[in-house]
Amino acid sequence: MAVCVAVIAKENYPLYIRSVPTENELKFHYMVHTSLDVVDEKISAMGKALVDQRELYLGLLYPTEDYKVYGYVTNSKVKFVMVVDSSNTALRDNEIRSMFRKLHNSYTDVMCNPFYNPGDRIQSRQRVEGQVSSLNWTVSLCRAFDSMVTSMMIQVC
Amino acid sequence: MEAAAGAGCGSGPPLLLSEGEQQCYSELFARCTGAASGGPGSGPPEAARAAPGAATAAAGPVADLFRASQLPAETLHQITELCGAKRVGYFGPTQFYIALKLIAAAQSGLPVRIESIKCELPLPRFMISKTDSDIRFGNSAELHGTKAPIPYLISEKNTFKRMDDEDKQQETQSPTMSPLASPPSSPPHYQRVPLSHGYSKLRSSMEQMHPAPYEARQPLVQPEGPSSGNQGTKPHRHQASLIRSFSVEREPQDNSNYPDEPWRITEEQREYYVNQFRSLQPDPSSFISGSVAKNFFTKSKLSIPELSYIWELSDADCDGALTLPEFCAAFHLIVARKNGYPLPEGLPPTLQPEYLQAAFPKPKRECALFDSYSESMPANQQPHDLNRMEKLSIKDGADFPVSTQDLTGDDKQALKSTMDEAVPKDTSEDPATPKDSNSLKARPRSRSYSSTSIEEAMKRGEDPPTPPPRPQKTHSRASSLDLNKVFQPSVPATKSGLLPPPPALPPRPCPSQSEQASEAELHPQLNRAPSQAAESSPTKKDTPYSQPPSKPIRRKLRPENQATENQEPSTTVGGSVSVATMKPHPTVQKQSSKQKKAIQTAIRKNKEANAVLARLNSELQQQLKEVHQERIALENQLEQLRPVTVL
Repeated sequence: MAVCVAVIAKENYPLYIRSVPTENELKFHYMVHTSLDVVDEKISAMGKALVDQRELYLGLLYPTEDYKVYGYVTNSKVKFVMVVDSSNTALRDNEIRSMFRKLHNSYTDVMCNPFYNPGDRIQSRQRVEGQVSSLNWTVSLCRAFDSMVTSMMIQVC
Repeated sequence: MEAAAGAGCGSGPPLLLSEGEQQCYSELFARCTGAASGGPGSGPPEAARAAPGAATAAAGPVADLFRASQLPAETLHQITELCGAKRVGYFGPTQFYIALKLIAAAQSGLPVRIESIKCELPLPRFMISKTDSDIRFGNSAELHGTKAPIPYLISEKNTFKRMDDEDKQQETQSPTMSPLASPPSSPPHYQRVPLSHGYSKLRSSMEQMHPAPYEARQPLVQPEGPSSGNQGTKPHRHQASLIRSFSVEREPQDNSNYPDEPWRITEEQREYYVNQFRSLQPDPSSFISGSVAKNFFTKSKLSIPELSYIWELSDADCDGALTLPEFCAAFHLIVARKNGYPLPEGLPPTLQPEYLQAAFPKPKRECALFDSYSESMPANQQPHDLNRMEKLSIKDGADFPVSTQDLTGDDKQALKSTMDEAVPKDTSEDPATPKDSNSLKARPRSRSYSSTSIEEAMKRGEDPPTPPPRPQKTHSRASSLDLNKVFQPSVPATKSGLLPPPPALPPRPCPSQSEQASEAELHPQLNRAPSQAAESSPTKKDTPYSQPPSKPIRRKLRPENQATENQEPSTTVGGSVSVATMKPHPTVQKQSSKQKKAIQTAIRKNKEANAVLARLNSELQQQLKEVHQERIALENQLEQLRPVTVL
């Protein structure tokens, strides 16, 4: 059960970050931010070897008292960071892997949408109830992605 | 007038309806289109268009309604002309509403003009007879019934020269012909002949055919397939009228029975979409890439988030490309959106790709492969449908696969029974099912994670640029610029700018030695070469010869030359590399005037050679610059194409 999921772009700005709505969500943002250093370190440690040989799943980035932070990087240097609650009966590694894989799939689907410009935020705006005639309401840009993240926060998948 | 009316469904002034009017009109319209349990809601089956503006009122009930308004037939004719139904050939909502308004105007005593509808009018009064309700149920048969008494085919429509004309004429003769026998054609045209005449026949035929609306409709759908080709321009205009008419009237569609009716694609629309697909991608069985589709859909002027949402809905397999059913679904959603319909939470079942493929097999001119595929689909489709849609819409959903496939009667019965049991569908359940189906489809594609960025790059970028044409092998290698060739008249000049070398100069011995890639060395070599040539000539001419070919060196030489002009060039110039410095001059002075002349001609020729070589030099410089630029461009491209994963 992830408490926070973040998608970081190659240039290290967040494309998508969402946490379980608790108090002090900023803490999670901060954790994700600090984890970026660890991610970079792991990437460079994997070395100058060809990218293809590099493993996408980075594993546990660092543990804190309450949480554990896992990382995953794609071939296009987009990073997924997931913060999970330590108090959970420890999630097995392969579960985390599968969660990342699903996240990656959803992310790819967002990418496949030609109306999505890479580098844009992956937004899921709420529908504004307006008149049917007016085109005022905004649409969710990535409903599927959002729902995937939601499901990850609810249960282990 | 008619233009305005026609423009009413075109770009004319919007028809302003008051609240009560809207209510009343929509009700009437719904009645005329017949929200019967039978057909999918509008009279003519091929007009069973789910899209909002597509529902057209069958001419039968419309005519009855108009008659119920108790206006003289003449007035009614005028009204129908004005409202544009004659023009477009059917009673779309716009036409219907305009007609109702005109009826109200006429009933209030105003002249039948378009202007009269602009003012506030009471509601039109209709003497409702119970025949109206009868008419409602004969939707399917109305098609033929209405066509029957319509003698004149909207002639301007039939530029397609289909069999419609013949069919209609047949139909006029036998209005009660069984719908099974008569192939349908364009949507019912408003008739000009007195309404009463045809519709009495209509009614009788309708009632006969009512018991079997389904079977009637189903074969209808199929023969409509081929004839829907002629709807090519019509759907286009239809679409345009859709868009505009519903910017005018924002009636909520009659959702009572068919909540997903807006999401059903009619034959005409389907044909239109297929044509559009083909215009983007000639092969109907392959896909349209994301960028192409993006450009195309952006033209619809919807906002990007909405287009993105539509894409998300319609690209069921999430591959970044649209197959034909996906494209139709997306197009349909766009059309619906433009007509003011809110986008659904999930892809409606009637827009699912499997459904679309099954419901609308490709017209016979398409590849047979697809037909066979679509035939196999409904077998899967039905249980799929039954599982997913236990609601009323199954009825409609199953209709189409049923209609177009050679299913047994048993299947039809089974489906009908489910239809009868079905309750009105709850659209809110839709999102669950498509999502489930999507996730249940369980991404069979094997994701290669590294492929994503590459695919994107490839999708975005163009093909790797063809390597630039190799420059002509004129100077890139040492041997190519062969001064032999330069100076030999027998060999054509390798460069266009070269003039034929001066004939007087003897061939250069081993000029290739002097070849280097850099033209910097050309100068001394050119200097050397002519200086070699000068060997044979009287020695004194060496110094003058040495000057012309190499300008920079000339400057150096000149002072020396002048200083040593009287000296004779050495005979062993060939060995001297230090061309810039003193040339050993001939010591002997054998000059005579004759030699002077020779010298002068030689000077002239050398000057010419010099000019030629100078030009060659400048061209080579230019080429070098270009090559440098090309190299830089290529390096840039390489940099871009290289996978981004540079550590």
